[in-house]
Amino acid sequence: MSETVAKLAGQRGADAASAQVAVSIGQIFLEFLIIGATSFGGVVPYLRGSLVTKRHWVDDKEFVEMLSISQSLPGLNATNMAILVGDKLRGALGSIAAIIGICLPGAVLMCVVGMFYRIHGDHDFVTAALKGVAAAAVGLILSTVMGLSEKSLAGKFDFVFMALTVIAVNRLHQSVPRTLVVVGLLAILFHRPRKKQKESATL
Amino acid sequence: MNQIPALIRVFAYLSILTVGGGMAAFPEMKILTVEVHKWLTFPQLIHLYSVGQMAPGPNMMMIVVIGQWAGGMLGAIAVLIAFLGPTALLTFVVARLWKKLEKWPWRISIQQGLAPVSIGLLLAGCFTMAKGAISGVETAAIAVGVLLILLRYKVNPALLVVGGAVLGVFSFMPK
Repeated sequence: MSETVAKLAGQRGADAASAQVAVSIGQIFLEFLIIGATSFGGVVPYLRGSLVTKRHWVDDKEFVEMLSISQSLPGLNATNMAILVGDKLRGALGSIAAIIGICLPGAVLMCVVGMFYRIHGDHDFVTAALKGVAAAAVGLILSTVMGLSEKSLAGKFDFVFMALTVIAVNRLHQSVPRTLVVVGLLAILFHRPRKKQKESATL
Repeated sequence: MNQIPALIRVFAYLSILTVGGGMAAFPEMKILTVEVHKWLTFPQLIHLYSVGQMAPGPNMMMIVVIGQWAGGMLGAIAVLIAFLGPTALLTFVVARLWKKLEKWPWRISIQQGLAPVSIGLLLAGCFTMAKGAISGVETAAIAVGVLLILLRYKVNPALLVVGGAVLGVFSFMPK
């Protein structure tokens, strides 16, 4: 019943989506469980397809905002999105239902994979396949890094901050928190808010 | 020996390092799980992470395997809660504040400043992994091939990882 209500609300357009339609905890859990079980090759497009296009639980603008918060904060994008959307729909309980739902299928699957790997991981066939899989994964992460750089790096100084981070972790073997605090503070100070009056004064 | 407290400690710590993505925590995950606690070997860690790229859902669910090997089913659950809990709580609290800070000029500065650092952390994780995963011309070719395909075409990345497995069987099976 409430599903049809949600659908109707969705048809009335994006504005209606932000007007709260009661979504039950069970529905939240089920929807995120489905996303968690079907989102092969990256969760974000599936999240958008399900939450924005299919369910109209969040509108597109809100989705983009939530995604930008998810990416800025520690935590996986997928789980942060689950927290934010769950909170929007049903508060803390909604968040918990969403994060459990989205993680459960992958976690169970990996548990099974782990047991299998422990028994058969040293077979020639498996070792050979895994060597290829690991190499492909490196290419995949690099493409993620390049996609993000294109989208969110502005100017050559951002590349300097990025390089400093890599050098600190990989070459100088600094811990991630220390690197994050030192380079992060430098970068935040570099991007500090500039006073508009100052700009007009120099002009 | 009961490993559960150590598992919780390690993964709660790794949780807050995942700025920009799970890969950002990879260098320290290697140090803590492989070198310090010896729950698994470096090749095993690389294998689990890579196989995890083919699984649906958040891309770090491979951590449950580490928990399972070190502490059984309880270990797997402990690791999952420890890894998700801290950042989930942080996101929950900060996101509510974040909206109130919409007009605060430093908000944009923080987002702009953290972007290059989080990308750098992902790249550092990628290099750490490459050290173990790229061992010759063939593996390098697979990595570059996947990168180029993803940059040019809209392909599901999980399929390319499966492709990597097939290529791996053809290239690395002992004759």
